[in-house]
This record gives sequence, C-alpha cells and structure tokens, in this order.
Amino acid sequence: MKDFVLRRVVALLLPFIQMFGIYVIMHGHTSPGGAFAGGMVVGLGVIGFSTVFGIEQGKTKMPEHVTTITESYGTLWYILMGLVGIFKGLPFLANKLAVDVGVPGELTSGGLIGLIGVGVGIRVASTMVTLFFTMMEEEA
Amino acid sequence: MGLTLADYGTMAMLFMLIVASLAMYFIRDLMHAVIVYGAYTLVMALIWLQMNTPDLAITEAAAGIGMTVMMMVVIYRTSRKEE
Repeated sequence: MKDFVLRRVVALLLPFIQMFGIYVIMHGHTSPGGAFAGGMVVGLGVIGFSTVFGIEQGKTKMPEHVTTITESYGTLWYILMGLVGIFKGLPFLANKLAVDVGVPGELTSGGLIGLIGVGVGIRVASTMVTLFFTMMEEEA
Repeated sequence: MGLTLADYGTMAMLFMLIVASLAMYFIRDLMHAVIVYGAYTLVMALIWLQMNTPDLAITEAAAGIGMTVMMMVVIYRTSRKEE
C-alpha cells in the first residue's frame, strides 16, 4: 500500500505493539491475559507490518528459518519445563522449580508458570506469522 | 426489578450482537460482512469486560478482532469471487 499515513503509523506503532505483547506474556500469571493472547499480539504486530509494507519486507523481520526454529523450540521448552517435575520425583508439570515461589502478585511469583508462558508465547507468535505468510503466498 | 444503568448497557450490547449476526447473514458483499464481524467482536469484548472477565476480553480482542478478521481479509483477497 502506498498510503503515507498508514505506513508511518504502522512503522511508529510496531515497537509499542510488540512491547505490549511481551508485557502480556510476562505477566500472564499475575494479571489478565496470558501467553496465548500475548503471543497473538506479538504476531499481529508483524502481520500488520507485512500487510502494509509488503510480504517481502515482512519476511526480513521474521525469516522462514527463524520461525521454524522458534516454533519447534517453543514446544520443546514446554516439555523441558514439564520434565523438571519428573526429575524431582513428582508428576509432570509439577511446580517445584524454586523452593520458595515468591510473594503472590509479583512478577517472580508462580515458579514455572512464567517460564512456560515465555515458550508458549514464542510458539504462538511464530505460528501466527507462519500461517499468515503461507496464506498470502498463494495469491500469486 | 433492580436493574442498574450497567444492566441496560449490557442489554443494549447484546441486542447489537443480534443485529450484527443477522446483518452478517443478509449482507451479500463479503468484505462488508467481514467489517460487520469486526464490530461484532468488539462489542463481544466489551461484554466480556462488563461481565468481569478481563482475561476473556483480552483473548477476544486479540483472537477475534486481530486474528480472525485478518485471516478473513486474507482469504477474501486470495480466493476467487463467486457471483
């Protein structure tokens, strides 16, 4: 799209959209939102950028080999965090990484939940971007 | 009946949901239907907020307004037009 206002507004808003998405991911266990919603916001920033600036320029932001790696390792991160409980002799995904899980309401509280949320957020964001690129490429 | 102003606001928003759903069925232009769907999702997010579930409101705003509308626009642009 050639519209000057649209290009300028999207370019200015992209870092703030991504920052809000990362905030929602990081505070998933203390405030409304979560890893899924936050990852979707992060993905939507890139999707909006590549809608306005074209798909080639959007792919320089998130190339295909990067999304492949983040998708796979986001899931692997979830499994690894789940296996922490098994290594401690507890059920899968048992929340016993730290001895003290902290004061409720703070960012460091919740133990494993925040760490799992980071992996889920990365996975959701890269999946949404991959879905969008795959669908847009069929336009031809 | 002890209905407050907020209750009437919720009822008005629910009525808007019904109107938007019926409009989506009767509108023939696909792009206009997608735009009406965006308005439907925005009102739905406000209703979630009104019902004290901000968690669902954020998910509805991200998944509904952002993702579904974006995907429908992409499908509209890439698929061939009937009629």
